[in-house]
Amino acid sequence: MTKKNSPLERVEKELKKCVKCGACRANCPAFSAFQREPAVARGKVALAQHIMKGDITLDDGSYAAMSKCLLCGSCVEKCPNVVPTDEIVVAAREALAQQRGLTTFHQAVGRVVANRSLMNLGALAARILGPLFFRKVPATSGLRLRFPLPFLGGTRHIPQLAKKPFLKRHPEEIPGKPGQPRVAFFVGCMSNFVYTEIGEATLALLQHMGCTVVIPKLQNCCGLPAMSGGDINTVRELAEKNLAVLEACRADYVVTSCATCGGALHRLYPLVVGKRNPELAERLKALADKCIDTAVLLQKLGFNPEETGGGENLKVTYHDPCHLRTAGITKEPRRLLTATPGVQLVEMEGADKCCGLGGTFNVYHYDSSMKINAGKTAAIQATGADAVATGCPGCMMQLSDGLKQAGDKTKVIHTVQLLASKIRR
Amino acid sequence: MLKPQVMEQLKKIVGAENFATGAQELICYGYDATQMEFLPDCVVHPADANEVSQILKLANVEKFPVFPRGAGSGFTGGALPKGGGVVLVTTRMNKILRIDTDNLVAEVEPGVVTEQFQIEVEKLGLFYPPDPASLKFSTLGGNVAECAGGPRAVKYGVTKDFVMGLEVVVPTGEIIRTGGETVKGVVGYDLTKLLCGSEGTLGIITKIIFKLLPYPAAKKTMLTVFDSIDGAAQAVSTIIKGKIIPTTLEFMDHATLTCVDRRFNLGLPAEGRAVLLIEVDGDPDLIEKQAGAIHDLIQPLGLVQFRVAKNAAESEELWRVRRLVSPSLRDVNPDKFNEDIVVPRSKVPDVIRKIEVIQQRYDIPIVNFGHAGDGNIHVNIMIDKSQAGQEEKAHQAIKEVFQAALDLGGTMSGEHGVGLAKQPYIPLELSAEQIGVMQGIKRALDPNNILNPGKMFPA
Repeated sequence: MTKKNSPLERVEKELKKCVKCGACRANCPAFSAFQREPAVARGKVALAQHIMKGDITLDDGSYAAMSKCLLCGSCVEKCPNVVPTDEIVVAAREALAQQRGLTTFHQAVGRVVANRSLMNLGALAARILGPLFFRKVPATSGLRLRFPLPFLGGTRHIPQLAKKPFLKRHPEEIPGKPGQPRVAFFVGCMSNFVYTEIGEATLALLQHMGCTVVIPKLQNCCGLPAMSGGDINTVRELAEKNLAVLEACRADYVVTSCATCGGALHRLYPLVVGKRNPELAERLKALADKCIDTAVLLQKLGFNPEETGGGENLKVTYHDPCHLRTAGITKEPRRLLTATPGVQLVEMEGADKCCGLGGTFNVYHYDSSMKINAGKTAAIQATGADAVATGCPGCMMQLSDGLKQAGDKTKVIHTVQLLASKIRR
Repeated sequence: MLKPQVMEQLKKIVGAENFATGAQELICYGYDATQMEFLPDCVVHPADANEVSQILKLANVEKFPVFPRGAGSGFTGGALPKGGGVVLVTTRMNKILRIDTDNLVAEVEPGVVTEQFQIEVEKLGLFYPPDPASLKFSTLGGNVAECAGGPRAVKYGVTKDFVMGLEVVVPTGEIIRTGGETVKGVVGYDLTKLLCGSEGTLGIITKIIFKLLPYPAAKKTMLTVFDSIDGAAQAVSTIIKGKIIPTTLEFMDHATLTCVDRRFNLGLPAEGRAVLLIEVDGDPDLIEKQAGAIHDLIQPLGLVQFRVAKNAAESEELWRVRRLVSPSLRDVNPDKFNEDIVVPRSKVPDVIRKIEVIQQRYDIPIVNFGHAGDGNIHVNIMIDKSQAGQEEKAHQAIKEVFQAALDLGGTMSGEHGVGLAKQPYIPLELSAEQIGVMQGIKRALDPNNILNPGKMFPA
């Protein structure tokens, strides 16, 4: 039998909702890559049901199946019974990590990927050799999970770490115009350490709108990459730290330009952290209510791209990050892009399809991740766009990798970068 | 339980990558949409007819059962490995081999997903009409084996009406061709039709030749609301009698509408008791006339609303009502038995009345909707299995619903098939002599009873 207080008990009721109709087969990116039933949502639900019953254990086979999920939420969106498979997988991964311990957990990963290329083994090496390379990156940062070692990267293209992290470049509070909102900026590891230009663009736009911007130096990684490995204790720790730091900002909004971070603040924290403690749950709910994507906030504050102008003419296509799409944010970024002078927005086929990154999925299942990504690359190329814009630095990394490997010169930019380039100067 | 050396042989045939015995794999290939579950001994994913043939030949030597499986989205357990054995998954055979625009035919492998095929033929201005609700994920092989239907069957017919020829591995392992790609052809028995709807008991389909149609120039969608179930049911036969054959004629009763409205607030008129979703397709002028004629025909039958979609977006909005049915039903009760009886079209009002009586007698909610235009009604018996006696009651009600359909000259199942789920009821519809002939065919083709044994006929 499964241990009492197994994280899976949290989703026991949800498990019963799945009727195995198979609708998830049409929408699951992991299934599209693996083409095997344990990789699809209903398969994972069935396995979770059997783990609960005690028919199967939390062994390598269960680990392998549960690792084949990008937590993109596509199956939940299209499920006739709205079975929250993402929650179920998170609970199963937590149970796996609890029972097997994180270290053996990663050893199991090693067994799973044993037949894969050296590139994938590099992901494991990154955890061991990580401290050398990621001197500047805190131990709890999701970047450590996201990045395999670049020198083992093979054909993979990985962006450079920035010389000076975003958080070290700016004061903690930048005053704005009276009457304008006070906004706390949750930067996220990717914008802090890698794509600092996203941070700069966000800041510039908020200042353009007259906001008072608070950039708390003590903010941490959102924890989502740890989540995808089932390391729930780390997630809880980070959630409580971030909550305290962001509450202290006394801000009207908590803004982020990272879809993944937004997903953590919005959905993940209340879901897995808050449930055990009502007082904490209430505070996390309040934080979630304040948390807003930069593109959405800009629209709310009446940002008008038409008044900006300048800069080059660009044909742009837009990729929906899963963490924005599942939060219902698809129109706002497109509206902003369409209204920007010089920007011609062309839709790609399957803009709403996952790019294949899926946090650590890309690290442990690199070949499959790139198989999912190949469709994306082709769709982008078919538009003939000069640039692909998106709202998540994680997606940006994955899209760049795919395009560069295909020898394509299409630029990958964040929506806010494009908008900011029009207001500066 | 299969012998280890037999497992080794199977592994050799399909390759280690395409052979599985892990507990997780076995669980994941042991279910379908019936929510029944049986564990196989192993799962194989053959690449082509040749590998399928080798597997079946081995099965005849070693006497183990083989259960063909597509997407595993069936409603009657046709793909389930009851009693254990080998699950043979056809989804690796997933290529569209050719689309012939000169002869309006296409040849595909069985693992192609139905909607993918439709998308590809539509790019060439062609049309493959069968549209089972599962078309986004079910496979064409499964569609043929179960003879899938769908809303468009009213005008265009069901899967078997589009199958011209097959490549099949028969249970003893020989690879044969049936039919062909000519419109006419009378040489020999029509094995193609025999295999359509044979539920994987007579052969494993490895190639399919489909007939295609030109894609209709235009379509028009209408949502019509009636003040009585009877009015809507009568409208169905009135439209057909009026010599108009719509593409679809979808029916939803009051219980269905209440479910959908509770969740999604559709703003249907309060006096509405039943809805017909009607679509016509073809030449733009013709469908304009047909829409007008339909309105005039059904106006006297208690019509309280007649909405016509002006464009594709509005049409999608009307179809949304129908698509929301399934997800809403479970608000009534957690468990459902989804039956798919058919009656002659003119008997739709009668069967609806009979089901109402059955519902009252057993005091369990029965929600009716479906493809009324071809007489096919989805009868959903909603129960809570956790409450004592409910399941038993449901089975009795189902039996009476089947009997009602049969008494009116209909059939127990229009689309879902028999499999395991409807097996106990087969004698209601088929005589001992009919079953005898069918089992004779099965024995002739499958002397060792290795292919999908234990399905369709009661043991």
